[in-house]
Amino acid sequence: MGKETFHKKIKYDMTVKEMADALKLRVFSAGEGMKNKVAGGYTSDLLSDVMGYADTGQVWITLQTHKNVMAIASLKELSAVVLVKGFEPDEDTLALARQEQIPLLGTPDQAFEFSGRLYRMLHP
Amino acid sequence: MVCVKADLHIHTFLSPCGDIGMTPLNIIRQAKAKDLQLIAITDHNATLQGPEIRRVGLREGVAVLYGAEITTREEVHCLAYVGSEEQREELQRYLEKHLPHIPNDPDIFGYQFWVDENEQILGEAPYLLISAINQSIDQVAAFVHSIGGLFVPAHIERPRNSLLSQLGFVPPGLPADALELSRHTNPVAFCSHNAYLKKYKIIQSSDAHYLCDVGSVHTMFGMDIPGFDGLKKALTTSHE
Repeated sequence: MGKETFHKKIKYDMTVKEMADALKLRVFSAGEGMKNKVAGGYTSDLLSDVMGYADTGQVWITLQTHKNVMAIASLKELSAVVLVKGFEPDEDTLALARQEQIPLLGTPDQAFEFSGRLYRMLHP
Repeated sequence: MVCVKADLHIHTFLSPCGDIGMTPLNIIRQAKAKDLQLIAITDHNATLQGPEIRRVGLREGVAVLYGAEITTREEVHCLAYVGSEEQREELQRYLEKHLPHIPNDPDIFGYQFWVDENEQILGEAPYLLISAINQSIDQVAAFVHSIGGLFVPAHIERPRNSLLSQLGFVPPGLPADALELSRHTNPVAFCSHNAYLKKYKIIQSSDAHYLCDVGSVHTMFGMDIPGFDGLKKALTTSHE
């Protein structure tokens, strides 16, 4: 499957709020960003990797809770951050999420399973 | 004030990845051969080999700092340095409290013994020392400072287990007493490409796991007497 076909299959009209509702995510911080379109996902716990390779509009799936996560989400204009395995954000991470208006969400799933559920929604 | 030649990141046989040749007498002899006046023993998440090496170093004229290379929850390697035996014991208790209880498999990871001068085994660390402890980088920095120690993120430019690989960039406000570069990097070039770090002191150490690496790079410090107090003064007084 070529890259073009692959992208066509993504339901670009899904918002972060629709994703959060459908996948029953815990909302640590919502804000304006809940209206962001979900343009795909990126699963990684290396912040240098995300800084280099994640694309604008993607949902970032990670177990890292450091405040640099929100700084990089803002820099890369990601649509939302999902913390896996029930991890909760550090206090200053939450403050930065509110300030940047980027949704910070949580799931009890581990990264593989959550990524799979989101992938299925994006590629029905 | 004298110029002190220091290598502040040395593993021993206690680290599972430390070579079998990294014993107290060998390390002190190699330090002397490299004209090092100050070294730091920094095993992964443990301080237990420090006292014997300090004892040998005292006799042989090499000052030895206690320390550890701590793996934070983010899997960032950070060095902690302390001066006294009491501080070392506090640091050791903290590490034991927060290290996951995953038994070490020597066939996979290597042995975790600490030994005396004559290479007789003094003890064995039961849990895998290369695990991440259950404390964030900010918590580790705060703890190290609370016991009067020095906090230095290790080999920050490396592609694995470094501040930059794990967290993308140096978090503003991180209370680091210095940043360490590995022996694989030219510090002058690094600093000119990373001007945002100019407010930090930059040190370079060997991260030796093999005897031949001890003193392969070093940092010069101005101190009255080689030791922890001198290092603390050198790192915490302002630039220039």
